[in-house]
Amino acid sequence: MADRSDGRASPPGGPATSIESLLASKEIVIACGSGGVGKTTTAAAAAAMAAVHHGGRVLVVTVDPAKRLANALGLSGFGNEAKRVPVAAFSEAGAKPRGELWVAMLDTKQSWDDLVRRHAPDTDTASRILENPLYQNIAGKFVQSHDYIAMERLYELHSEGRYDLIVVDTPPTRNAVDFIEAPQRMAEFFQSKLLRLLIVPYRSKLVNFASRPFYQIADRILGSQFLADIAEFFILFQTMYGGFVERARAVERLLHDQRTTFVVVSTLEAAPVREAEFFIDVLASKHFHLGALVLNRVLPDYLLDPVAGRAAERLVGAAAADIAASIADSVDADADQVRRVLYEVGDNFRNFRIVAGREAEQRKALASVPDVVATVPEMATDIHDLAGLLLLGARIWN
Amino acid sequence: VVELLDRKLIFVTGKGGVGKTTVAASLALLAAGQGRRTLVCEVDAKGNLADFYETGPTKFEEREIAPNLWAMSMDTEASLRQYLSIQLKLGLMVRVGPLAKMFDFVASAAPGVKEIVTVGKLCWEVRERHYDTVVVDASASGHIVGQLAAPQAINQLVQVGLVRQQTGWMLDILGDPAVTGVVIVATPAEMPVTETLELTARVAAETNVELAAVVVNRVLPELFGRGEEEVFDRLEHPAAVATLDAQLGSPAEPLLDAARLTVTSRRNRTEHLERLRHAIDPAVPMLYVPYLFFRSHGLRATRQVADALSAELGY
Repeated sequence: MADRSDGRASPPGGPATSIESLLASKEIVIACGSGGVGKTTTAAAAAAMAAVHHGGRVLVVTVDPAKRLANALGLSGFGNEAKRVPVAAFSEAGAKPRGELWVAMLDTKQSWDDLVRRHAPDTDTASRILENPLYQNIAGKFVQSHDYIAMERLYELHSEGRYDLIVVDTPPTRNAVDFIEAPQRMAEFFQSKLLRLLIVPYRSKLVNFASRPFYQIADRILGSQFLADIAEFFILFQTMYGGFVERARAVERLLHDQRTTFVVVSTLEAAPVREAEFFIDVLASKHFHLGALVLNRVLPDYLLDPVAGRAAERLVGAAAADIAASIADSVDADADQVRRVLYEVGDNFRNFRIVAGREAEQRKALASVPDVVATVPEMATDIHDLAGLLLLGARIWN
Repeated sequence: VVELLDRKLIFVTGKGGVGKTTVAASLALLAAGQGRRTLVCEVDAKGNLADFYETGPTKFEEREIAPNLWAMSMDTEASLRQYLSIQLKLGLMVRVGPLAKMFDFVASAAPGVKEIVTVGKLCWEVRERHYDTVVVDASASGHIVGQLAAPQAINQLVQVGLVRQQTGWMLDILGDPAVTGVVIVATPAEMPVTETLELTARVAAETNVELAAVVVNRVLPELFGRGEEEVFDRLEHPAAVATLDAQLGSPAEPLLDAARLTVTSRRNRTEHLERLRHAIDPAVPMLYVPYLFFRSHGLRATRQVADALSAELGY
């Protein structure tokens, strides 16, 4: 493991040696990884630790409604508008924060609406876009729109300058890299020649030579009303073109900025590890800063202890009857019952030893890991309050 | 209630990380093993369905990977072209060259098009009776409703034209519970259960597809029977531990700790399981798949899950 350090922040400019020093040196932390690995909890735990130990204003942006997380933070709920976690929630958890912890959720539809209002040339155009049936579908349902808007909202929050540190929990994507490429794709989309070709007949009333066959066929397939809706949508959207492309570029620059870092979260199961490896490769090839790898729900090391493994074999083997007989009195039970219990104890250990062995293999597979690797042990219970979050946070801190 | 594998089109969904692909791959293996001509289709382009069968990469053109079992990966552009040529009987001109690019562009920009060509391709395979069973490793819970509701959405957006005419038969196939069903996969943990319940409500409200089953994956075994847990509790007392240490000739603590971890985890997971059981319509079958201690995702694991599902379905 590469996360052994003296626990102090590294000197400015030097590579971070722990999650603590990483968070101390960055303004934006983006948590990514495949679904179900504990991204939301990890992001919240890291942000809470930063608020407690580093101070300043820390914001965690999450994509799930995560009612339980809201409750855990002492809030009744939170939306697109950031809410501050009450100091009382920290005192209940026995912590005295030096700074403030804020939480916000990503509301895709509302964020798109805000974006349209900001970039539309006038209020009339803005309301025509907002009322277009295609827009409503895109903003509400269109899958890829989540990816872009998450990064756009991050840019917005960062440029407001209200927070010292923003920790982002990324949306579940079909492909883990979709959202980092979203700004570039958005810019390309608006600059596409095809887009211009498509809306020409509706702008000039003159179907040009290149797009005429398309329109004849498209009309047969989709009907002219739908085509008109599409064209109106794109024409209106084009009025936002300049602002939009410029914005998408700025978002992309921010993701590449040295104040931004990515934290890859994974369990040691095969599929998430493969996705984590892929993500680590993509970050490197696209020159994003990979700050840390957080391994979640890792089984305890003692499962791999060969001495304990041999002891487990004895509990399921021929010697078990003698062991049970000698211990029966001290646990006030009959020897047969004790033997059954000891068998289950030994068998359970053998089962989990196999899983732990697989996990060790997976860990080796993460060959090109970043400087900072933090491990969170498997916990038997859920985290449902700030104390639990801080406990988890302490595990990854240094 | 229609028997799960008697349905012709089965969409398998669930929160990311719960084992959706494992369950889809296993159901398809089970159906094929019963002699049904089965197609298994991966919708999200992660490209790991092949790993579950330890076979080469799957493509849009379906390929027979085992007796009675064909596999494919959805490719919306390829599907759109097939759709234009077979359904709309449009010539080659539309399918290659600049016009095809134009269609791809509109398809990627206009909402619902990708979804409709995905669902449309699957419904088409069912309508043409190419297979007895089509199992779909569908999108995760966040995106599945958009796909299943695509025909309705297109109906609202597109008032006339060939595309609209096409949505009718798709709605018939999706809405017939004897033909189509959704399987939601969950694990006995907080967020997967919460998402399953939310998704159940959305599938009922926003689509015409019936919930066919809920699969609960990774259920931990119960270590101790009646009275045995009290014995285990007493084993953890210092005096008992000391005796055990002496008998084993090494510390018993790791063994007891590991057992405690299982007992506590199972108890915690049982709470989530109960919450799920109480909220799901009792008519919907709940199928339990045990935690696999091997954690591999190869063919062996797929077979084990298929066996567990087979037992749960009463085969």
